Amino acid sequence: MEKTLDLKYTYTDKKDTRSGFGDGLLEAGRNNPNVVGLCADLIGSLKMGAFQKEFPERFFQVGIAEANMIGLAAGMAIGGKIPFTGTFANFSTGRVYDQIRQSVAYSDKNVKICASHAGLTLGEDGATHQILEDVGMMRMLPHMTVINPCDYNQTKAATLALVDHVGPAYLRFGRPVWPIFTPADQKFEIGKAWKMIEGKDVTIFATGHLVWEAVVAEAMLREEGIYAEVINIHTIKPFDEAAVLASIAKTGCAVSAEEHQINGGLGDSIAQSLARNNPAPLEYIGVLDSFGESGTPTQLLEKYGLNAENIVKAAKKAIARK
Amino acid sequence: MEKQSIDQLKQICSQVRRDCLRMVHAVQSGHPGAALGLTEYFVALYFNEMTHDSKFKMDGKGEDMFFLSNGHVSALWYSVLARSGYFSTEELETFRKLNSRLQGHPATHEGLPGIRIASGSLGQGLSVAIGVAQAKKIDEDDKLVYVMMGDGEQQEGQIWEAGMYAAHHKVDNLIAAIDYNGQQIDGPTLKVMDLKNLKAKWEAFGWDVIEVKKGNDIESVVNGLAKARGLTGKGKPVMILLYTEMGYGVDFMVGTHKWHGVAPSDAELENALGQLEETLGDY
Ligand SMILES: Cc1ncc(C[n+]2csc(CCOP(=O)(O)OP(=O)(O)O)c2C)c(N)n1
Ligand SMILES: [Mg+2]
Repeated sequence: MEKTLDLKYTYTDKKDTRSGFGDGLLEAGRNNPNVVGLCADLIGSLKMGAFQKEFPERFFQVGIAEANMIGLAAGMAIGGKIPFTGTFANFSTGRVYDQIRQSVAYSDKNVKICASHAGLTLGEDGATHQILEDVGMMRMLPHMTVINPCDYNQTKAATLALVDHVGPAYLRFGRPVWPIFTPADQKFEIGKAWKMIEGKDVTIFATGHLVWEAVVAEAMLREEGIYAEVINIHTIKPFDEAAVLASIAKTGCAVSAEEHQINGGLGDSIAQSLARNNPAPLEYIGVLDSFGESGTPTQLLEKYGLNAENIVKAAKKAIARK
Repeated sequence: MEKQSIDQLKQICSQVRRDCLRMVHAVQSGHPGAALGLTEYFVALYFNEMTHDSKFKMDGKGEDMFFLSNGHVSALWYSVLARSGYFSTEELETFRKLNSRLQGHPATHEGLPGIRIASGSLGQGLSVAIGVAQAKKIDEDDKLVYVMMGDGEQQEGQIWEAGMYAAHHKVDNLIAAIDYNGQQIDGPTLKVMDLKNLKAKWEAFGWDVIEVKKGNDIESVVNGLAKARGLTGKGKPVMILLYTEMGYGVDFMVGTHKWHGVAPSDAELENALGQLEETLGDY
């Protein structure tokens, strides 16, 4: 299906976004001697091995003790270091929420919480590991920056941007290999939405892996004479309200697309903004108040309604509600 | 279930190991290492030691009850549950596939008989098992509660909160065990995060600790479990330090963290199955 479509963005290579983090962290370590890494027995999964190898004196294996890791990182930040913690998204957020809340967010510490295997696409490990609430939890915390990049290149760029950003941040990425469709040399501007495709009939606001699904959906809609605008919301907080409102003023309706619960994530950020400023129809693509399960990433995106076909349906529905 | 003889237990172990490998291989995902290492313990529990009914009741009243804290050992648990009649062995084919009750990590969500709580996020099972044991005490139910944990898992702080609590509250109808294989994801526990003297730690927390040095020898495990049972009811919780080898039973998998969470290829599976007799019929 993808091959016959006239896509506005294409790819020749696929890689996992977590490798973008690992490669970005290595470069960050070379650029800045204050960058330190911490990991809770998942060095391979988080792709932190290269950083560990090159900077053994700046890398700390914490063992399976995530709460301890967050506290350690906050302490290192007091000492002027820029700690990047690594574990799965579930154990980066839900498991250590109060440690993050008190020692990192409330205390305003420069800790970068880096979270892999987010969302359904980690696949077979199933619901215990597939966190779908992390963006909501992190977004609710005052002071916290929340970033969910869409491919390898954007994840690498985001990791590098975080070195120069002062303050608590949550960086969310994933396990599966995924199309690399954004440029290698991109400048990552925290808090600035990226209009990837100009349109007029409906706006698709997407984040993370689902930006690619949005790009595919745009081509499918165009074949039917519907022109969708695609906006990549890589930073969910701070939220680029101006970009959202400007697009809605033009298209008049929207679809949000995220690998997350519909409660608390990107869709709710948009809804809040629209309700306060310019009420317009919004359709949510996200998990509908359920846990995930084991399966392949493709099967899961289909079963839970998170793929391009579902974005197309939602776009038509949003347009019909105008 | 009738208690099985040592010979029968050995046969079951061989079949269970085959099941685990075939399950993980079929979906090219899952955790063979600890599953192979813990086979003797699980088989001894379900086919010899515990009083339990495969007509599953969630509350387990009047039965011994088992909890798995290191949920990544799911393939082993599913095989043992199926082989002891909780559900059909054919269902093992659905492991980790879409719409299956046999989730990657154990879940109650789909109603799989034998599972009483989800696990997968490490460090939580001991607390749950203690709660179950205390509920049994309130009901004057004299059966026991068993819980299995990993050794790497001991690095989680919650385990020590639970350990302190169980001794303080004299939860002496509980037999916990640690899969003392010396391995975790990033390497040997000694290198990742040294556990130091686990026996002394648990004793200092007020537990009775026994060591089963040959955790892959079925007779030693059966004897160890009997000894542990003998220590219950004396005012202290009981801990078994179960020395196992990750990947036991397959020569190229044994003793290394490399097989913690990696599936064998077709050729590796064939090689491995060649080392394990099909005793009860593959599913
Ligand atoms: C809270 C939490 N942190 C991290 C993980 C990822 N993880 C799964 S298994 C494992 C290693 C566990 O080591 P051990 O308990 O020794 O089990 P073994 O490798 O011996 O099977 C880790 C870190 C997890 N499942 N839960
Ligand atoms: Mg271990």
